[in-house]
Amino acid sequence: MSFDIPVIELKGVTKSFGPVDVLKGIDFSAYAGQVTALVGDNGAGKSTLIKGLAGVQPYDGGEVHFAGGIVELKSPLDAGELGIEVVYQDLALCENLDIVQNMFLGKEELKAATLNEPHMELQAVQALESLSVKTVKSVRQKVSSLSGGQRQTVAIARSVLRDAKVVILDEPTAALGVAQTEQVLNLVTRLADKGVAVIIISHNLGDVFKVAHQISVLYLGKMVATLKTKEVTYDEVVAYITGAKGQEGAN
Amino acid sequence: MSDKVTSLASGHEGTLYDQTHAYLQRLRGGEMGSLPAIFGILVLAGIFEIASPFFITKLNFANLFVQSAELAMLSAALVFVILLGEIDLSAGVTAGVAMAVFIDLVKTQHWNWIPALGAGFFAGIAIGAVIGFMVAKIGVPSFVVTLAFFLGFQGMQLVLLGEGGVYRVETPAILAIMNNNLAAWGGWLMLVIALAVSFVISLFDRARRASYGLVNKPFSMVIIKLAGMAVIGGISIYYLNLNRSQGSIPISGVPIVIPISIAILFIGTFALDRTRYGRYLYAVGGNPEAARRAGIKVVGVRVIAFIICAVLAVVSGVFHASRIGSVDGSAGHTIVLSGVAAAVVGGVSLFGGRGRLAHAAIGAIVISMIDNGLGLLQMPAGINFLVQGGVLLLAATIDALARRRGGVVSRN
Ligand SMILES: Nc1ncnc2c1ncn2[C@@H]1O[C@H](COP(=O)(O)OP(=O)(O)OP(=O)(O)O)[C@@H](O)[C@H]1O
Ligand SMILES: [Mg+2]
Repeated sequence: MSFDIPVIELKGVTKSFGPVDVLKGIDFSAYAGQVTALVGDNGAGKSTLIKGLAGVQPYDGGEVHFAGGIVELKSPLDAGELGIEVVYQDLALCENLDIVQNMFLGKEELKAATLNEPHMELQAVQALESLSVKTVKSVRQKVSSLSGGQRQTVAIARSVLRDAKVVILDEPTAALGVAQTEQVLNLVTRLADKGVAVIIISHNLGDVFKVAHQISVLYLGKMVATLKTKEVTYDEVVAYITGAKGQEGAN
Repeated sequence: MSDKVTSLASGHEGTLYDQTHAYLQRLRGGEMGSLPAIFGILVLAGIFEIASPFFITKLNFANLFVQSAELAMLSAALVFVILLGEIDLSAGVTAGVAMAVFIDLVKTQHWNWIPALGAGFFAGIAIGAVIGFMVAKIGVPSFVVTLAFFLGFQGMQLVLLGEGGVYRVETPAILAIMNNNLAAWGGWLMLVIALAVSFVISLFDRARRASYGLVNKPFSMVIIKLAGMAVIGGISIYYLNLNRSQGSIPISGVPIVIPISIAILFIGTFALDRTRYGRYLYAVGGNPEAARRAGIKVVGVRVIAFIICAVLAVVSGVFHASRIGSVDGSAGHTIVLSGVAAAVVGGVSLFGGRGRLAHAAIGAIVISMIDNGLGLLQMPAGINFLVQGGVLLLAATIDALARRRGGVVSRN
């Protein structure tokens, strides 16, 4: 695994809303096959950073390097083309559609001008199986009948299907119980094992320590620490998050 | 068949018994589709048969089909916008305006009927596009936009036709739709074509699944479906082919409106189930934000839905003009609420994202039966409205309750 060359690297990105500087020159990297956790207190700027990567809310300044070259992320389309997929906290699934239909939404395959359902079904099953998903009863179940964890699973599997290079998960376990959290965290690990660069936002440091290889801490729009999970303690991370540590410019 | 290549099921597995069991489970889960409406048809037929000697007669049977077709088409039109969670209260008057344009061009401008009808449809398309634009692009609630059009177009109809203006329709092709019938063999041919198309599509679907190594449902299900179609279609056609005239000139055969309606419903259903647009319509109706993030052009999907709604509404207007043989300034004022009622009674969800064209057609039969049966019993119109209102309320309540339980399995 190449630790030196990140798949995606942000250099000095900035974002302001009117007079409010929300991102104040952020450096951030994510590596293939690794889980990078993005942590920070409420309002630190995590979601804003992610929205820039997703192209839904472009950065004002700074550089985005993707696989070594500078890229522009001006729209979700730009992000999609590079293979950056976001699993939003609200998941954005259509409850009235089934698992296969949701996984292929917006990317339907046609044959003879009609939907090629069998091929989509086959690929959806393969994507789910590659993540060792066994909890869904049928891939033709409607999403309305799925549990929160199963929905999260579908949303994550969708990114696999799209051959994502970078998958960003915004608080994937926030609404889940113990068993389902465990399942989703396993899924996150398997996703990274497939060579995807996974970025996970979480307020739950227990989860972060379980899956993340490195932890990036945002504090009031600044990246105050980028740490290897193995080399850091829980309390240190908390100290960075709360601002007790790192204010003297550790970065 | 082919080997099961995967460990995850798709709902196609198992024997006929398993499939039946799964179906019953879906019913219990609240996914009843138009089953309550079909049950309603049987109950209504029983009640009216006991109450009126005229209800189950050959003549009335044919009348019912013809009346239902007009409502079914309007209701099918509304399904496209109801699937989005929107409404088009102006669908009826849109049809009225389109027919006013048509008759005006034929009568006062002496146009040939074909371009005149084309102009009527064009008016429908334009109206649908404007409504769609206002709803999807500007963001005015569809209820308000179409209520405004509902009122405004009543005025437009009067302007086009003049106060109290009534124009006879004299175009034979249009009059034929509701008043002429297929020859006996034509009815049977229609059934054979329907069975053949259904069979070929089933075989095609199964072959495609098999080619990807996916399991198919038991073949007996295809046979059962075809047998069901053959029996119901066969009995109806046989009955319609008998002489139903009460005078000396015999009348028999399947009304021409039936194959036209079936063809339109078939094409619409095909588009909803098997094309990208159909998928996007359901997606936008289910979760517009999810659809947008998936890269679907939500505004376009919405505008097109309103255009399709307007076009099918105009078809319903043509049926209406054909049936009553004239166009006047009041056409389409009341039918729209019956159309909404038919869709909801048939199992289309007012919350969007759930429903099929067949539901609208079945619901239209229920509403038409109530209308027709109460008419035969010479009930005052007030009773008719009360009953229809009650049925709509009941259906909407079932819809709301079913929504809470949530559907389980898709049709694919
Ligand atoms: N569209 C906007 N307009 C103005 N201010 C905004 C906007 N979006 C975010 N902000 C501000 O930017 C700051 C960072 O917000 P952001 O949502 O990125 O935080 P977060 O780290 O995701 O927090 P949380 O953990 O609560 O989700 C907040 O102070 C917020 O009020
Ligand atoms: Mg946030």
